[in-house]
Amino acid sequence: MESRILILLLRGAVCVAATGFLMSPVYAADDDESGYDDDVPAPVYDPEVDRREIKPPDIDREDFEVGIFGGFMSVEDWGVNPVYGVQLDYHISEDFFMEAAVGRTTTEETSFEILSGGAPLLSDDEREFTYGSVSFGWNVLPGEGFIGEGWSFSSGLYVIGGIGVTQFAGDDRFTANWGFGYRFLARDYLAVHAQMRDYMFDIDILGSEKRTHNIMGTFAITWFF
Amino acid sequence: MRKTMLLISLLQMVIAGLAHAESRYQEVVVIDPYLEMHTGPGRGYPVFNVAERGDTVRILKSRTEWYKIENNREISGWVHIDQMEQTLFPDGGFTSFTDATHADSVEANWEMGFMGGDFGGADVITGWGAYRFTPNLSAELRLNAALGSFFNSYYGTINIVHLFFPEWRVSPYFQMGTGVIHTAPKTTLVGAEDRTDQLGVAGLGVRAYVSRRFVFRAEYNSYVVFTSRDDNEEVNEWKAGFSFFF
Repeated sequence: MESRILILLLRGAVCVAATGFLMSPVYAADDDESGYDDDVPAPVYDPEVDRREIKPPDIDREDFEVGIFGGFMSVEDWGVNPVYGVQLDYHISEDFFMEAAVGRTTTEETSFEILSGGAPLLSDDEREFTYGSVSFGWNVLPGEGFIGEGWSFSSGLYVIGGIGVTQFAGDDRFTANWGFGYRFLARDYLAVHAQMRDYMFDIDILGSEKRTHNIMGTFAITWFF
Repeated sequence: MRKTMLLISLLQMVIAGLAHAESRYQEVVVIDPYLEMHTGPGRGYPVFNVAERGDTVRILKSRTEWYKIENNREISGWVHIDQMEQTLFPDGGFTSFTDATHADSVEANWEMGFMGGDFGGADVITGWGAYRFTPNLSAELRLNAALGSFFNSYYGTINIVHLFFPEWRVSPYFQMGTGVIHTAPKTTLVGAEDRTDQLGVAGLGVRAYVSRRFVFRAEYNSYVVFTSRDDNEEVNEWKAGFSFFF
């Protein structure tokens, strides 16, 4: 049945391609017909208005934000450990932004491995927890922060969520993440972030498959460029 | 005496250099009654100062739809693009600050994006790049990872994409292509082997221009994996995501 649908789709493709090729000379012919149609009367006057001259100004655009982060990550069953990584953000509008991030932490032995004293479940390489993610953020509460009387700084709370891949325990795992963060702009081009994120994926390394929640708390320093 | 002259000329050079550094910002003349200057690059930040009609202001930088300007009292603040459009260059020419429009989105040569969705029951994540030949026709390179409970599949395809109505803000498209798929069993699965096969794909989708350099896409694809076994394998995929053009 499905192959029949596929054949139908492919036939559709051939039809589309064929019409495309047939249509193109028609459009070309239209383009060649410059000048006025016989039905349309000739213009009464020829307006001599100069074309509005528009020049794109040369301005330093700062829509990208790049930075490094560090903090702690709790990997379910495998302990809480330091995590570090890099992030790149693109600000789409004053409300929304996209973020690509890569991070890494090294996990510990599980309680079971320590208590049983037997062979470890994972090799050293498999203990490395590396993730990459693409997320979509919303600046939900933009605002200003004040230090004393004479200093004010732009800041804001954002919520963020996305998808990615986690490399852990010998496999790539589809990972969904969500969280929130606070962005504090010390300068127009320099920001400090405090973030909490939950990375969720399924893992079956300890018997049955289960969904794990891996909470990460980090500080980031970023530059706008 | 000679030393003093040298010092003065050096000083002059430094001052000239500073003056040059100051004039590297774009200057524009206000033609609206006022440019409202906000304390931050957002609509919620309070207006704390203005630049008046006839003032020359310098544009220090921009972030999204906001421009940081300095007025002739050397006070700087953020002005929205709609007000910036009401300015002239010092020589009288009109300014235009629009970054990109829907028309640019179908004429730009390059586009790249990410998508997520479902590939035959496995979660798929896709990164892709496209080169556009005409507003209708483009070639795309797609790299995908489909991560399932038992198998992980990594596949890359080269697709030809036909956008039916590029002049529409929301337009359907058709695509077909070919590529290679590598399937690896999870480490907890015993007795299965890695394999690499060729695959073909045909699909339909919808592309919607969102704003500035940003585009949304959703699509449905039908894959045929040409396996070395007797039967070919068919897999259906749906996914959605965002892209940028430049």
